[in-house]
Amino acid sequence: MFEMFVSHLINGLQIGSIYALIALGYTMVYGIVKLINFAHGDVIMVGAFIILFLVTGAGIPFIPAVLTAMAGCALLGVLMEKIAYKPLRNATRLSALITAIGVSLFLQNAFLVRFSPNPRPFPRPAISGSLNLFGDVSISYLALVTIVVSAVMMILLHFFVKGTKMGKAMRAVSEDSGAACLMGINVNNTIAVTFAVGSALAAVGSALYASTYPQVEPFMGLQMGLKAFVAAVLGGIGIIPGAMLGGILLGIVESMTKAYISTQLSDAVVYGILIIVLLLKPSGLMGKTTGEKV
Amino acid sequence: MPLLEAKGMGVDFGGLRALSDFEIAIEPNELVGLIGPNGAGKTTAFNLLTGVYAPTEGVILLEGKNIAGKKPYRINNMGIARTFQNIRLFKGLSVIENVKTACHAHMSYGILSGIMRLPKYWREEAAIHKEALELLSVFDMADLADVNAGNLPYGKQRQLEIARALATRPKLLLLDEPAAGMNPSETQLLMDTIQLIRERFGIAILLIEHDMKLVMGICQRMVVLDYGMIIASGKPEEIKNNPRVIEAYLGE
Repeated sequence: MFEMFVSHLINGLQIGSIYALIALGYTMVYGIVKLINFAHGDVIMVGAFIILFLVTGAGIPFIPAVLTAMAGCALLGVLMEKIAYKPLRNATRLSALITAIGVSLFLQNAFLVRFSPNPRPFPRPAISGSLNLFGDVSISYLALVTIVVSAVMMILLHFFVKGTKMGKAMRAVSEDSGAACLMGINVNNTIAVTFAVGSALAAVGSALYASTYPQVEPFMGLQMGLKAFVAAVLGGIGIIPGAMLGGILLGIVESMTKAYISTQLSDAVVYGILIIVLLLKPSGLMGKTTGEKV
Repeated sequence: MPLLEAKGMGVDFGGLRALSDFEIAIEPNELVGLIGPNGAGKTTAFNLLTGVYAPTEGVILLEGKNIAGKKPYRINNMGIARTFQNIRLFKGLSVIENVKTACHAHMSYGILSGIMRLPKYWREEAAIHKEALELLSVFDMADLADVNAGNLPYGKQRQLEIARALATRPKLLLLDEPAAGMNPSETQLLMDTIQLIRERFGIAILLIEHDMKLVMGICQRMVVLDYGMIIASGKPEEIKNNPRVIEAYLGE
C-alpha cells in the first residue's frame, strides 16, 4: 500500500517537474511583459522536432542534440517576440493575447503542412532499468534523470535571476520598465533574454517529455502547454517559485487521481483544483493578495 | 563648453503645447534650479532631457553631442540620470539590488559567464557590490542594504532613488522634486545632502522644486517656467525680485 503510494508520488514528481520547467517559460514572460505566450507550448513541439531530426537524421548524439535544440528554441522565442509581440507592446493585452494564439496556430499548421500529422517515434535516450529504493519501491533511471535535470535547471535559473546583472535587469523591468530604462537598462534586450531563457528551458522540458512519451507530432505542444499554463496560474503567474510549485503539485495530483480515483477523471480533477484555487486565491498559491485601490 | 545645452526645445502633445523654446546651459559641477508653479512644464522638460519623450523641435547637446530623441537607456549611458517626482523604486528588490541594477551598464560579463559563474562574473559582481555599499553609506543606508525597497520609510525611499541614480555614474543628475512630501527639517537635511553629492561626486545637478525659498539657498542659477515658457533665468537674487516671477507665483 505504502509502496504503491511512493511510486505514484515518484511518477507525479517526474511529470510534475516537466510541467514546472515549461511553466517557468509562461511565468517569466508574463512577469516581464504581462503576456500569456500561448505559443510557448509549441516551442516544446519545435524542440522535439529539432532533437528528432538531429538524432535520427544527422546521427548526432542525444545530449549535443538537446543543447542545439535549446539554442534553436531560444532563437525561436526571440524571433517570436521581435516579430509578433514587440510591435504590440503598447497595445491592449487582448490584442497581444490573440496574437499569441495566432503564433501558436501558425507554428502548429506550418509543421503540419511540412511534416505531416503522423506521429514519429522520438529517439529516446537508452536509459533503462531502475534503482531500488527500499522494499518493493524503485525509481526508474529515466524518472531519476528527469527529476534531477529539472531540479538542476531550476536551481540554475534561480541563481541566474537572483545573482546576475541580467536577472536583476529582468526583475527591474518587470517592476517598472520605464524606470529601468532610465537607469540605463536596455529593456528590449532584457525582454529578448527572458524569451530566450524561457524557450531554452522549454527545449529541455521537451527532451524530457518526449523521452517519457516518445511521440513527436505537430500538436504535441497543445495539451502539454495548457497543463504547464495551468501550473503557472496555480502557483501564481509571474512568480518563478510559484511555477515550480504549481508544476510539481499538478503532476502529483494528476498521478494520484489516476491511481486512486480514475484515469479518465484526472484532467477534470486538475482543472477543478485550478478553479477552486482561483476562487479562493485569485493570484495563485504563492501570489500576493493585492487589495484593490480605491 | 557647457555640459548640457538645450536650444529651442519644445514639445506638442496632440495639439497641446506643453513646452516651447526651452533654453538651458549647465556647466560641469553646477547646481541649477528649475522652478515654476504646478503644471508649468518642469517635469516635461525632464522627460525631454532624459528621452522619455522626443522633443518636437530643438536640439539637446550633451558634451556637444545631440541626444534629442535618443532612447532613455542610451541617454543614461551617456551620462544623464534622474529621480522621479512620484517615487519609482523597484519595490520588490532589496535596497542594494536597486543600486546594483543601476550599475547594469558598467558590467560587461555575458549571459554564459553569468550562468557558469566564471571568474569575470565574480570579479565584476564583487566590485559592484562594494561600490553599491559605499554609495549607500553616503546616505547612511548601508545597514538597510537587504531590506525590501518597498518597506523603507518615505524619506529613505527618496534618498535611495538618488543613490540609485548616482549608481549609473552620471555627469548630470536631474532631481524631480526630491523634497516633495518632506517636513521642513527633513527638507533641510536633503538640501545639505544634495550639496554634499555635488562636491563629492563632482557632478552637475538640475533640481526641480516648486518651493522657491528652498532652492534659493543652494542653487547657483535658476530657470523659472510658467505655462511651458521660460519667464526668467539668472542668479537667485535676480529671480527673487523679478516682477514676472512674483506674478507667476502670487498672481496679480
